Amino acid sequence: MNKCVERIYNGLIKENPTFVLTLGMCPTLAVTTSAINGIGMGLSSTVVLVMSNLMISLLRKVIPDGVRMPAFIVIVASFVTVVQFLMQGYLPDLYDSLGIYIPLIVVNCIILGRAEAYASKNPAIPSAFDGLGMGLGFTCAITILGAIRELIGAGTIFSTGSSALVDFTEMGFTPASIFILAPGAFFVLAMCIATMNRIKRKHGMKPAEVPDYIGDAEDDTKEQ
Amino acid sequence: MNLLIIAISAALVNNVVLSQFLGLCPFLGVSKKINTAAGMGGAVIGVITISSALCSLIYDYILVPLDLTYLNTIVFILVIAALVQFVEMVLKKCSPALYEALGVYLPLITTNCAVLGIALTNVQESYNLIESVISGFGTAAGFTIAIIIMAGIRERNEFNDVPESFQGMPIVLLTAGLMSIAFFGFSGIL
Repeated sequence: MNKCVERIYNGLIKENPTFVLTLGMCPTLAVTTSAINGIGMGLSSTVVLVMSNLMISLLRKVIPDGVRMPAFIVIVASFVTVVQFLMQGYLPDLYDSLGIYIPLIVVNCIILGRAEAYASKNPAIPSAFDGLGMGLGFTCAITILGAIRELIGAGTIFSTGSSALVDFTEMGFTPASIFILAPGAFFVLAMCIATMNRIKRKHGMKPAEVPDYIGDAEDDTKEQ
Repeated sequence: MNLLIIAISAALVNNVVLSQFLGLCPFLGVSKKINTAAGMGGAVIGVITISSALCSLIYDYILVPLDLTYLNTIVFILVIAALVQFVEMVLKKCSPALYEALGVYLPLITTNCAVLGIALTNVQESYNLIESVISGFGTAAGFTIAIIIMAGIRERNEFNDVPESFQGMPIVLLTAGLMSIAFFGFSGIL
């Protein structure tokens, strides 16, 4: 059971997908206009992550190595379609506000990344917990981002459209609406990662880096 | 005229990276140098334009008549993955020079959410074939503009004295935020 707890800790803190690995940037920035949207997106991604990790781990000896990527994508896409239907049926408001980003969970690099890095090599139960940890880490991160943007940009906390938990606009706070527009997403995430970097430096850990897909080595050979 | 509006709105007003947040991974990951950014942009223009056309055809002539529209996510992602593989093979055979230039970027495009995003948006807006192609091309052009500007800024940023905590990811995100404000200026032209 220890291994399962370790996987959840790993996803929440040590390898937090948003703040440490900087994966899955598209939904992170796009849907965090409010805390509720962040929770909705985070939980639906978590469900897909757990189910697809479980399925891929169970099928890992059946799927041939050469076609594993397409096979993973089909498994993930099936679960996303199921989640999309459930949301459309039971949470139509959330479904409307998340819009195109629900089907786009398929191409969220966290999910394929975990499938490739963990679920395709490990037994079913730890894989499911790995998905759960990563999903919860993602949910926490985008809920925090959503809450910050909502607080500064709209002056509310956990607003559901018609009613809010706390509404600062009634107390005379003028919201800076740029924070719920596109630029605000970049600024708030930049501040969060900068803060994390500072804390990590103090504890002697490596700060988050910009992913570099092409790499320096290939750049150099091209220029010569 | 309608087509021109679709193209301009896709490329500048609703810029795919800076206002819809699609394709951020390559935007951040391949924008270190102008050369590589331009290569990525070229490959994205090619793939998105072809995939918009293909997805539009498949949706209109296969999924709608068979009443299978709810499968669109699965079908589109498979079409895109297959298309990227196919383009890679064709380029390798027919134009080794172009393959040399764009080959590294092609596998990265499958997971570029802009490609799937455009295919799904086209369906949502119920664009016909020509409108889909124009909107796909416009979007990809917008992506290319954004990633090349970003690479130019990052090349200069390397020599700047950035505060320690902001080095790496945060400064890149701040740059993107400022670019996004600049692109807001285009919303007045339509």
